[in-house]
Amino acid sequence: MEIILSIAIGVMTSCGVWLILRPRTYQVIIGLSLLSYAVNLFIFGVGGVKTNVPPILTDGVSTSSLADPVPQALVLTAIVIGFATTALFLVVLLASRGLTGTDHVDGRSDPK
Amino acid sequence: MNGWTHHLIIAPILIPLLAAALLLFIDERQRVAKAMVSLAAAIILCFVSIVLFEIESGPNAFEGVYLLGNWSAPFGIVLVLDGLSALMLLLTSVIGVAALVYSLARWHAVGAHFHTMFQLLLMGVNGAFLTGDLFNLFVFFEVMLAASYGLLLHGSGPLRVKAGMHYIAVNLAAALLFLIGVSLIYGTAGTLNMADLAARIPQIEPDRRMLMEAGAGVLGIAFLIKAGMWPLCFWLPTAYSAASAPVAGVFAILSKLGIYVILRLTMLLFSDGPSAGFGSTFLLYGGIATLIFGTIGVLASQALGRLAGFSVLVSSGTLLMVLGISDGAVSSGALLYLVSSTLTISAFFMLIELVERGQDAGANVLAVTMEAYGDADEYEPEEGDGVTMPGTMAILGTCFAACAILLSGLPPLSGFIAKFAMLSAMMGTGAIGVPPTAAIWTLVILVILSGVAALISMTRAGIRTFWTSIEGTVPRVLVIEIVPVMFLLALTLALTVQAGPAMQYMDTTIRTLANPKLYIDAVRNAAVIPGVEFDTGKEGH
Repeated sequence: MEIILSIAIGVMTSCGVWLILRPRTYQVIIGLSLLSYAVNLFIFGVGGVKTNVPPILTDGVSTSSLADPVPQALVLTAIVIGFATTALFLVVLLASRGLTGTDHVDGRSDPK
Repeated sequence: MNGWTHHLIIAPILIPLLAAALLLFIDERQRVAKAMVSLAAAIILCFVSIVLFEIESGPNAFEGVYLLGNWSAPFGIVLVLDGLSALMLLLTSVIGVAALVYSLARWHAVGAHFHTMFQLLLMGVNGAFLTGDLFNLFVFFEVMLAASYGLLLHGSGPLRVKAGMHYIAVNLAAALLFLIGVSLIYGTAGTLNMADLAARIPQIEPDRRMLMEAGAGVLGIAFLIKAGMWPLCFWLPTAYSAASAPVAGVFAILSKLGIYVILRLTMLLFSDGPSAGFGSTFLLYGGIATLIFGTIGVLASQALGRLAGFSVLVSSGTLLMVLGISDGAVSSGALLYLVSSTLTISAFFMLIELVERGQDAGANVLAVTMEAYGDADEYEPEEGDGVTMPGTMAILGTCFAACAILLSGLPPLSGFIAKFAMLSAMMGTGAIGVPPTAAIWTLVILVILSGVAALISMTRAGIRTFWTSIEGTVPRVLVIEIVPVMFLLALTLALTVQAGPAMQYMDTTIRTLANPKLYIDAVRNAAVIPGVEFDTGKEGH
């Protein structure tokens, strides 16, 4: 389980880094999205990977057998904020496309 | 601080938030109503900051800890007010009022929702200064960044959209690094409350310490991007010079927010224990590189906007370098420098737009060409009108000269006092107490050289703008545009006159910061208000 999770995070991060270094705005935004998925999974994994354990405290249950609720709360916040800022970036990207007529990140067309 | 004044701690967050929400209900066409609400909120915020600052600078100053939701410290989120955060709140609200008044002349009307975004920016910045929790810091950082994205694009145009796109991309990547750092720290230390973290870090097992330090390093990179440390700063001059004037004026505080967080976290988390002094060498060399890069940039800038952008880098570089030395006396000089340079750069950004209003786009380039090839038909002044200078130009010129003096650190104004305080402490009259080494000499020379570069560049720009202006047209400047600039510059004058008490405040602040136990105990011992405790859930509902 840990291996699969870490491979998934690693693959998404490397794809994301490669994409945000590309010159097209669409590639940059997909790269940022992939990176934010990787980071969200990473935050989730920080609490320890456990299956089928809810973070609900009841009487007579030791806390060590429970999932850590803090990373789950953090990841929810991070998802919401990441989603909002990505949507905002998408608008700016479209505005740039409209103003410059190209989807290059510097607003210039490629040298032919 | 008891009774109702205790609740004032949360006011710097609530006032802008409520104002921003209220502003959304007012139709975009009712400009006067919007402006009034926004201005009233900014002025109330300023008064609250002054009250908080007074409390902190008083004789019985102690850390005001505000437990949100009345939950005790490591479980709930806390707001912490100490000398440093009170100072930064005051600086923010003063610059906020000045930039807002300036914007009322014309800038607030060139796009939608200016006032809402402005208030949300103030809320994010104030929240980041007050919070005592790392993840809460992330949330306030994002509030501030989201508002700043909108404000940078305010006024639109290809240049702003391009600069805005780069700014957003860089800051989104920085936010991801922030999250990685925070989660690594949580994974190793098991807490995000800053005071709790400071108490736990010395006890972390050695095998986890590396991971914790890696997390702190990644977190630091996120703030250094905001502060503009070389080589993470290439976005900054472009973004700041593309922003509209009042926005750039208030952005001057954003790069200081990065510096604030680094100062706060290094002094709180890494002051003793096995990780003591973590990252200070990195800050020192990074600061030196930033200072050199900023100085070269200042010398190379033709446009005034870029000159101001690189001045931000010079200021950041100086501060980071000084934080890297991590010596008490030098740091208190640096705090004074932080206040002085923020006021200066903010005033300078707003002044630039007024000065350039009288010139055509490209006039600067033309001026350079004419310097090189000579003017074919020299303008011969007629007898008697040689010395007439319009009043507007005189005021603008005086403000420009004041900015030049402040940026280069020449005597009458506070730029000099601040640099003097830092340099004299570096030279050995401070707590170091040893004769200056070659390394210290290098730092001193770098700071002085950066001042010389600012002087050369500002003189060149001033001569070109005010004395050999090609068209000779006088820019039409409204009173409410020049008054905020003069107000900020007058504050630096007041800082010079009151340098003694100001330095004393900075000294006390740094001494409090240097003893993290005060902060930790204040947060840990903060008592919940009796009688309004929440149900602890034993009954199960």
